[in-house]
Amino acid sequence: MPDLTKTASMPNRHSSTPARFWKPVLGWLDRLAPGLTFVGVLAVWQLGVYLFRVPIFLLPAPSDIAAAAFETEWWLWGRHIWATLRVALEGYLLATVIAIPLGVMLATSRLLSRTLYPLLIVIQSMPVVAIAPIIVVTLGSSDLPRIVITFLITFFPIVVSTATGVAATPPELIELSRSLRAGRGREITQIRLPFALPYIFSALKISTTLAVVGAVVAEFVAADQGLGYFIAISTSFFRIPSAFMGLVILVVMSLGLFQLVVTVQRIFAPWSLPTGGTGH
Amino acid sequence: MTESVDVSLNDTKPMPLTAIRFNQVGQIFEDAKGGTITAIQDLSFEIAHREFVAVLGPSGCGKSTLLRQIAGLLHPTSGSVEIFGRAVTEPRDEIGIVFQKPTLLPWYNTRDNVVFPLRHKYGRVSKSEFERADALLELVGLKDFAGSMPGQLSGGMQQRVAIARALLLDPDILLMDEPFSALDALTRDEMSFELLRIWSNKPKSVLFITHSIPEALLLADRIIVMSARPGGVREIINVDLPRPRSMNTLTDPRFSKMSNHIREQLFTKVHHA
Repeated sequence: MPDLTKTASMPNRHSSTPARFWKPVLGWLDRLAPGLTFVGVLAVWQLGVYLFRVPIFLLPAPSDIAAAAFETEWWLWGRHIWATLRVALEGYLLATVIAIPLGVMLATSRLLSRTLYPLLIVIQSMPVVAIAPIIVVTLGSSDLPRIVITFLITFFPIVVSTATGVAATPPELIELSRSLRAGRGREITQIRLPFALPYIFSALKISTTLAVVGAVVAEFVAADQGLGYFIAISTSFFRIPSAFMGLVILVVMSLGLFQLVVTVQRIFAPWSLPTGGTGH
Repeated sequence: MTESVDVSLNDTKPMPLTAIRFNQVGQIFEDAKGGTITAIQDLSFEIAHREFVAVLGPSGCGKSTLLRQIAGLLHPTSGSVEIFGRAVTEPRDEIGIVFQKPTLLPWYNTRDNVVFPLRHKYGRVSKSEFERADALLELVGLKDFAGSMPGQLSGGMQQRVAIARALLLDPDILLMDEPFSALDALTRDEMSFELLRIWSNKPKSVLFITHSIPEALLLADRIIVMSARPGGVREIINVDLPRPRSMNTLTDPRFSKMSNHIREQLFTKVHHA
């Protein structure tokens, strides 16, 4: 045994000197890679615009976009951001509240699935951008049409994922539930719904981005504030750097909402995270 | 039943000698095209109180069907299934089930998984019931893993948790549906001896479905060898190997003799079909 360990550790000892140097460097690179890529792209962009003298109304340099941030008053930014965020969040929450129970019902009732599913497919097949003007005409000029548009674009993925997750519950667990005569309610709340959580959370993550898309589309159609409105107005006055700045804020908003859902999942259902290793 | 089963041992409540009785049971399923499939036909056998019976047969012989009939999850289309003299009309508390896969709830730790049947049935779990779960975890050798999540346990350990869960309501009958078939060969042998140890500690009528001949011989008092399509009793074999069984049982000449006999039974059937 002692001989064995000795020979086994030999190659390690030889390679340990360069490894001791390279390992942390590679680790650093690995951790910094996303940031470095980002900085690299910005540098190439800035340099390209400068070298080829691209007109600012075609493609502004990152420095122009940054400068544009200060051309608009901070309180005005705040108003636009809040308008878009409010519509995105309200539409998103409405979609969540309706889509999850609906998904459960579709997966557990054959009758509902037969009657509601075709209807949902038809609604989903309508391009949201095309119905947005109609909804605005129908529902007036308040936040309501914008919330409905956001709702329409976000809720379908949540319904489908919830239904899929609920239906994917191992049949043995349903048999266990039946053998205990626990009742349909507990079967859904204690087994089926928790089992669907990984599915539901991945849909909730995708839908954050869709919610921002929905809010912006609605603002393009009819609004007097919001980042979508701001971008539309800026481009019509050829204030392209300002439009880009609005876009940057939308990206940050999407990422922030996505991260928020990830955090909620990490706190309330850590086992459902892809790295949780649930054995499925 | 002519089987000599010691019912005086630890007996607290009077029990009829027959735990499970199948009386000319048949099960016909409808397939997707509207045709019918006879899964089980004219199946009759009895299992005595605290007897360990293995059901052995080729795949598709309706082994899982008869387990679900006993559990009250499936109603036979003909004949009757009785538990302690009463016809099975719905699931009962006298039965614990261990499935092929452990099917633990990934959001609960080991201890919460064991008490899950109580939480699921009554909505709450008392302190003394948690203590019972701890005692069961000690019985299955997982005392130190009460707080572990299912994802952190090996396949064998997960199946031990599933056994503890099945024992929680202290059932008189334990139904096991190929419980070790997803485990590797070494873990499988280990789990067989573990199950015998648990069974000697908590004697119950066990119906153990398997397609492994050595596993059936090692565990059971009797083996019901089934024929396939439609499933029926081909032969019932008394396993007269002495208990407690151990590794030495595997080298008993009667073991290999019975093993060969069962293999011939199953093999000739394949040729007939």
